[in-house]
Amino acid sequence: MTTQLPGRRPTRRFLPFSAWHFVLLPVSLFFALPLVWLTLSSFMTNAQINRFPPTIIPDSLHLDGYRYVLQNALFPRWFMNSMIVALVVVVGNLLFGSLAGYAFARMRFRGSKVLLALMLGTLIIPFQITMIPSFLLMKDLGIIDTLGALIVPSLVTPFAVFLLRQFFLSLPREIEEAAWIDGCSRLRTLWVIVIPLARPALGTVAVLTFLTTWNDLAWPLIAINNDHNYTLQLGLTTFQGQHRTQWAAVMAGNMITVLPVLVAFLAAQRTFIQSLTSSAVKG
Amino acid sequence: MATSSWRFAVDHHDATRARRRSLAKRWLGETPESWGFVLPAAVIIIGLSIIPMIWSLVLSMQSADLVTPARWIGLQNYRVLSKDPNFRAACIHTLIYAGLFVPLSIGGGLGLAVMLNRKIRFIGLYRTLVFVPFVISAAAQGVLFSFIFDAHFGIANAVLGWFGVPPQGFFADSNQALLLLVVIGLWSGLGFCVVVYLAGLQDIQQELLEAAAIDGARSWGTFRYVVWPTLKPITIFLSVWETLQALQVFDLVFVTTRGGPLESTTVIVFFVWNQAFQLFTAGYAAAGAYVLAFSLLIVSIGMRLIRRHQEVDAR
Repeated sequence: MTTQLPGRRPTRRFLPFSAWHFVLLPVSLFFALPLVWLTLSSFMTNAQINRFPPTIIPDSLHLDGYRYVLQNALFPRWFMNSMIVALVVVVGNLLFGSLAGYAFARMRFRGSKVLLALMLGTLIIPFQITMIPSFLLMKDLGIIDTLGALIVPSLVTPFAVFLLRQFFLSLPREIEEAAWIDGCSRLRTLWVIVIPLARPALGTVAVLTFLTTWNDLAWPLIAINNDHNYTLQLGLTTFQGQHRTQWAAVMAGNMITVLPVLVAFLAAQRTFIQSLTSSAVKG
Repeated sequence: MATSSWRFAVDHHDATRARRRSLAKRWLGETPESWGFVLPAAVIIIGLSIIPMIWSLVLSMQSADLVTPARWIGLQNYRVLSKDPNFRAACIHTLIYAGLFVPLSIGGGLGLAVMLNRKIRFIGLYRTLVFVPFVISAAAQGVLFSFIFDAHFGIANAVLGWFGVPPQGFFADSNQALLLLVVIGLWSGLGFCVVVYLAGLQDIQQELLEAAAIDGARSWGTFRYVVWPTLKPITIFLSVWETLQALQVFDLVFVTTRGGPLESTTVIVFFVWNQAFQLFTAGYAAAGAYVLAFSLLIVSIGMRLIRRHQEVDAR
């Protein structure tokens, strides 16, 4: 006699696959469709795009849009600006985030708890409150309208400090203590022993920081005036305004804007999603 | 661990010296060195958030245009703000946006997560497809959807045409623009709710579900009495998070409609940005930002109270 959990009757299978595919496939295609359309239209000619009703599949791969965008004097520059800003900010967050995170995790000093609470407290300050004075502050520092204005305020975030501190706390103390007692300085201990162990946490900080910096629009919009210093996001929005008739080029530009983020996400999907959910589910 | 205790046993002299040093540290701390570690982060984070926050408060009580010297006017900005029909409209638009976006993203996110929480082929691909829009910048989304929803040659009208629906104005129609922003917001934002709910669903112990099944619970009963209670804290977290995000919506509005048509999509942050950096009434804008920040604070505190209340109930 076979025992069987009630309520879990084995249903007869009419299909060689789960019926859920009938629901999940259209639903997930719905989410993918705009991006498919972005990709397809970026390989069309303007004539094809402006046809009504629209052609769905380009008759052949046209690179006119990409050629237009890349030969545009400013577009490659915007790409470089975005890259420079994002990479410097990532390095800054890793460096200053590790230093501060390590100090908060392992070193005793007067006022450390207050300071940490203060830094984490800034997480709840909305950007709209700080944007006008930040603009004035960058102006006083003389770096408004330069890439510096985009880099300095994000050079280290409370998020990086906190995430790295939590990770350092989870490492066993003994390894560091041995090195420390052997006469290794704190800095050297951090660099030689702790940092190599913290690679997963550093990776998370790097990916998330890259993503938010690369995707930011509001702050560049405020801090940058000269179109030579635009980031890709800011450039793309003005590009769209000026070249409404060149939709193929606008879509090609959009592809170039989206691609680095897609690559970064697909490469680090697992860590990315884990770090997003851990605070929500466990917190 | 083993290495260090061995070291203590053999090298006695070193061990006592280390112990003496750690005793000194307990009293004095490693102050100078630690401050060296912390200072860059502290200066940037505190210097560029707490100081501007106070500065902004001062600014909100001044008549300031970012160029000429500011003049102190007390609460005048707030008084004017309370009577400004444009600000009121911006608040209403923001509330409509949040009122639609938050419940739909929570409900839709939960529904999708339940659907995606099964072990079938390609499930990883489905999950990825649902989440991918989340990582795409609002600027890129805005540009893409202005193209798709273009009233004249956009593919959206063509698709509607196949079903016999007459062409729509979309972003050019003041009745549709705000709703369209909600739709785009959901397209990109649902994935986050899905991922968080999925994590919660996978945290539910399999034994609980099996026990419910043995007790004769049907799928709805299992959901109602086993799944839903475990997901409650996540739902509260997501409600707060999505509300805070929705009240601060800006990028998408800036790229697609610039607050139009007929101001129908002017949300609070757009109003603040416009006042500060287009009309140069920085003090007035700072007051608007403070009103927004205050409501964000109330949302967070309110939700925290609900959460605490429920935790007490649970005990």
